[in-house]
Parts: sequence; structure tokens; C-alpha cells
Amino acid sequence: MDHLLEVKNLEVHFKTYGGEVKAVRDVSFHVDKGETVAIVGESGSGKSVTVQTVMGLIPTPPGKIKNGEILFDGQDLLKLSKKQMQKIKGSKIGMVFQDPMTSLNPTMKVGKQIEESIRAHQSLKGNEIKKRAIEMIRLVGISNPAERYDQYPHEFSGGMRQRIMIAIALACQPKVLIADEPTTALDVTIQAQVLDLMKDLKDEMDTSIILITHDLGVVAETAERVAVMYGGIIVEAGTVEDIFREPKHPYTWGLLESVPDITKDEKKRLVPIEGSPPDLFSPPKGCPFAPRCKYAMEVCVEEMPPAFDVGEDHHAKCWLNDPRTPKLEDLVAAGREA
Amino acid sequence: MYIVKRLLTMLVTIWVIASLTFLIMKIIPGDPFASDADVLPEEVLENVRAKYNLDEPIPVQYLMYMRDLATFDLGISIQSETRDVNGIIADGAPASALLGTQALVIALVFGLLLGIIAALNHNKFLDYLSMFIAIIGISIPSFILAPLLIKYFAVDWGLLPVASWGTWEHSILPSFALAATPLAVIARFMRSSMLEVMNQNYIKTADAKGLPVTKLVISHGIRNAILPVVSFIGPLFVFLITGTFVIEKIFAIPGIGRYFVDSIFNRDYPVIMGTTIFFSSILVVTLFLIDLSYRFIDPRIKLTSGGE
Repeated sequence: MDHLLEVKNLEVHFKTYGGEVKAVRDVSFHVDKGETVAIVGESGSGKSVTVQTVMGLIPTPPGKIKNGEILFDGQDLLKLSKKQMQKIKGSKIGMVFQDPMTSLNPTMKVGKQIEESIRAHQSLKGNEIKKRAIEMIRLVGISNPAERYDQYPHEFSGGMRQRIMIAIALACQPKVLIADEPTTALDVTIQAQVLDLMKDLKDEMDTSIILITHDLGVVAETAERVAVMYGGIIVEAGTVEDIFREPKHPYTWGLLESVPDITKDEKKRLVPIEGSPPDLFSPPKGCPFAPRCKYAMEVCVEEMPPAFDVGEDHHAKCWLNDPRTPKLEDLVAAGREA
Repeated sequence: MYIVKRLLTMLVTIWVIASLTFLIMKIIPGDPFASDADVLPEEVLENVRAKYNLDEPIPVQYLMYMRDLATFDLGISIQSETRDVNGIIADGAPASALLGTQALVIALVFGLLLGIIAALNHNKFLDYLSMFIAIIGISIPSFILAPLLIKYFAVDWGLLPVASWGTWEHSILPSFALAATPLAVIARFMRSSMLEVMNQNYIKTADAKGLPVTKLVISHGIRNAILPVVSFIGPLFVFLITGTFVIEKIFAIPGIGRYFVDSIFNRDYPVIMGTTIFFSSILVVTLFLIDLSYRFIDPRIKLTSGGE
């Protein structure tokens, strides 16, 4: 079956004074109709760059798309002209950004900012456009939409602004909604509301979502499939069950381990992943996680692991999954015996 | 409420300026008749001084002047007895105002354009070219630029009149000579402001809506980038007014700039006071209008009478 959106072997570099940053290396993933795919990973792992490349928002230069394909509706977005891409942005693919405080134009009424997107892509007349914009404001759960239409962003709270951002992104009923850490800048209570809203609208409009986050709780609640990024590559990808129940990559283990357990009464120290992420100016030729990995072997430093299939639609880029590697469980057992 | 309060403050500002000018003016040694002291007998000088109330103590003179000022009577020029200061301003102001306004428009239009072009072509040829022009504009003073313009456009190519005042053509060269420096300053201002705005997140949002670049620049970029430039128009206007002294001299334009300068040399007290008050009134009113315009450009700014 053809996927709605498929990213294949994407490679994005940035030229800086310090050298070339290899921000995204050989990233592949896909999104099917109506599903939510989460991309998780720490800051600088290449999550945002990946989705901004999909949206054609990477300025080139300094950015450079070295390799890869982004197949959407049967065409490669990377091969489209600026004009063709403009027709897809905002209409077929919408995007919500991380910081709602700076993502809206402070000198333009929010209603107008929603209208812009409708006007650019749909052949509605003046009055209908306004009606549609007000309808969008209502749809994202803001009361008095007709009055809110005439207000400016500074008259909205952070959560409300993010709702407006969602209204803008969904105004043309896109097939894919890309949400780049949509709740990171919001209060926890507001986070839940905004996520619920996105889930509801997704079902209502039959939109797929690419959700970028570093919050595993959010992932568990909203996503069907997960891609874990580290050092510019997807180290593990699979369904939510795969990732949470049967993680096959030490980095995923580390991520899951570092989540504090609030159900237990006893006080426990947080478990961090020791060390720091790799230098993407000159990424290691082997696995980027090897220097921080408790289970690193010689081969990990020497050679980049391929994506091992460890289940149906579940793969991990880790040598531990190579059939030649002794099973970790065996090693542990052997250690106990010795 | 805000406007009433502002208008009162403006009056007070002008009164303070007038008082300070009066004080400073009296501190300058000499009086309007100092150069006649050798020729005229002492009694005559005393009579003339008495005619203009210059024999009164300074506080009394000050009160008398303020009394007249309150009725918008700026007095009579000592230098040319036949003319009152109101008349001098009425005669000279139109030329100066036309010159200043034209220069302001030129500086704004070309300065903003140059700045926007530079920002959109950041670190490319057009950026370097625009900033090269801007540097020239900033570093060449008007009294050098003006003769150069006259040499080429008037003398060599005969496109425009050399000097003096009359038709609109006469005003073109002086307006450009006057506009050069502020134009360059605005261009640099606008460039850095525009660069900053185009890197903002909301530009990315607009880009993600699939809007064409022209829309990004015009409806999202310029409106936000122009704010710091608007606040610069006040001081700019002052620059243009003071700049007219030199330009009016070079192009032999009958504006009020020359009265302002000449009156100080001649200690023509009423003219010094009159022109100063006139200029400062313009400045104060301009600043007021700019504050009002903010409200329309930036909805975040609400004008209040303070204390809220």
C-alpha cells in the first residue's frame, strides 16, 4: 500500500562558520492516512529539521538537502518548484510551531491570519472566507469567535494562541498536520487541552498528524507509531506498543528509564542518560549513541548499524539486534552464574 | 483624556523652551545696537533701547514678552523695523515647509526601499550596493553634496535650475541634497529591522501557510519592521529643519532658516525668539502625531495618560 507521506533516506546538512552540521542523516519514515506518528528525541536530534524539510521551510543556504525523497500524494516534494510547494504548504500539509507567543504576527488581527491561509488556497468569496475563519476559531474551542476574530495576538493567552495556530494549520483541512512540539511552551493543564483538541480535530477532519515531542507521556497518549531520533538518525521506530513494551535500542531504554515514576511513594533518584549527544559537525562513523551506551561493542564504534527488523514494522538501528550478537539476556544470565 | 494631557504637556514644553531661549539669548554679550555704539551718541542709543524696552530689567522684559506671546504676537524685528516676526515666519515658512516635507518624503520612500531591498538580498550584491549608497549618504555632508548636485544636474547637464526659488523645479535639487543623509540613515535602520523581522517565527508561520514571498514581505515583514523607523521620524524631522539653514543658503531659498541664523548674529531678539518657538512647536507637534500614529501601526501600544 502506498503511504500518504513517506520520507526516504533524507539527508540535511547546514553550512556554518564552524563547518558543516550534519543535522539529519539517512532518515526514513512514513505516515498513513488518519494516523498519528510521533517523533521523539532530545534537543538537537534533528526532529525539527526533518519536519521543516518536509514543509520546505529550511532556508537554503545555509541548509542543504543532500539526499532523499519526500513522497506525498505520489510526488516528490523535494523536486517541486517554490510555486508548486506553496500550493501544498498550508493547504495539504499544515504546521503548528513550538512557541505560540512568537508564532503569530503581532500586528495582524488573528482572524486575518486565519483568513490568509484560506484565501491562498480556496476559491471562497470575501464573506465566506470570514465565515470560515470564524468557524475555525469556534472549532478550536474559543468562545465568542466573532469577537475574537477582530482581536490581536497579544489579547490571547499562550494556550489560546496555540489554538489559533491550530486553526490556521487546519483552516484548509490538510491531509497532514505537522505539530512541532506544540505543547512544550504551555502549562501542563493547557497541554492536555491542546492535545485533546488536536486529537478531536484529527478524527473530525480525518487528518494524519506528525507530532514532534520529547514528552513520552504525550507519545503514549496520542500516537500510534513512534520514531525515536538521536544524533540525526532514527534509531528505533515502531508502534507505541513496540516502543514502550519491547524497545530494542539502548537509547530508547534510556529514555524510558529516565521517566520518573510518580505512582510509587519511595523517593528515587532520576535516571539520566550519562554523557552528551554527539558532535554533528563530525558525527562518529559508527553508532552515534555508542559513546554513551552501556552495552557498546567494538563494532558499534566502527560501523553504523543498519536498521534491523525486530518485528512487524518495528526496526532498530542497533547491533544488539544482529543475530550474531549474543543475546543480552544470556550475557546477564552468564554474568550471574559466574 | 490622553490627548488633553498631551496638549497641555506640549504647551508647557514650548513655554520651557521659550523661557530657556530667552535666558540664553540674554546671556550672549552685546545687544542689537552694539555695532552702532561707535557711531551713535549715547543719548540716541538709550532712546532706541528704551523703544524696545531693552532698558527694563530682564525679568520685566521676560514678562512683557510672555504677555505678547500669549496673544500670538511675536513682536517686531529690530533689524528691519517694517516687518513683524509673524510676517517673517508667514513669508518664509512655506518654502521651508515644502523643502522639509519633500525631503522627508524622499528620505522615507527611498530609504525604506533601499533598506528593504538590502535586507531581502542579505549578503548579496544588492545588499552591498544599497549599503554602499547608504554609507556615502551618511558620510557626505549636505554642503558638499549640494554643490555637486548643482554642478552636474544644473550646470553640466542643464536639467534643473541652479538655485533660487520659484517653480517646483527649483525645489528638486535642494530637497534631494537635504534628504541624502536621513535617507541613508533610514535605509540602514530599515535593513537591520527588516532582517530581524524576517527571522521571526511568525514569518515562518506565514511561510507555512503557503503564502507567496511578496505577501510575506509586505503584509508580515514591512509592517513590523517599520516601527523602529517611525520612532526615528521625530529626530529626523528636526534634522531636516536644522538642515535647511545650509541648504537654503546654498540654493538661495527664501525660507526661514536664514532668519534663524542671521537673527542670532544681529541679536535680533524678537526674531530669535520667534523662529525658535516656531521650530520647537513644529517639533512638539510632530512628536505628538508620531505617538498617535503608533497606535495604528502597532496594536499592542495603547496610549494612556500614564499611571495605569
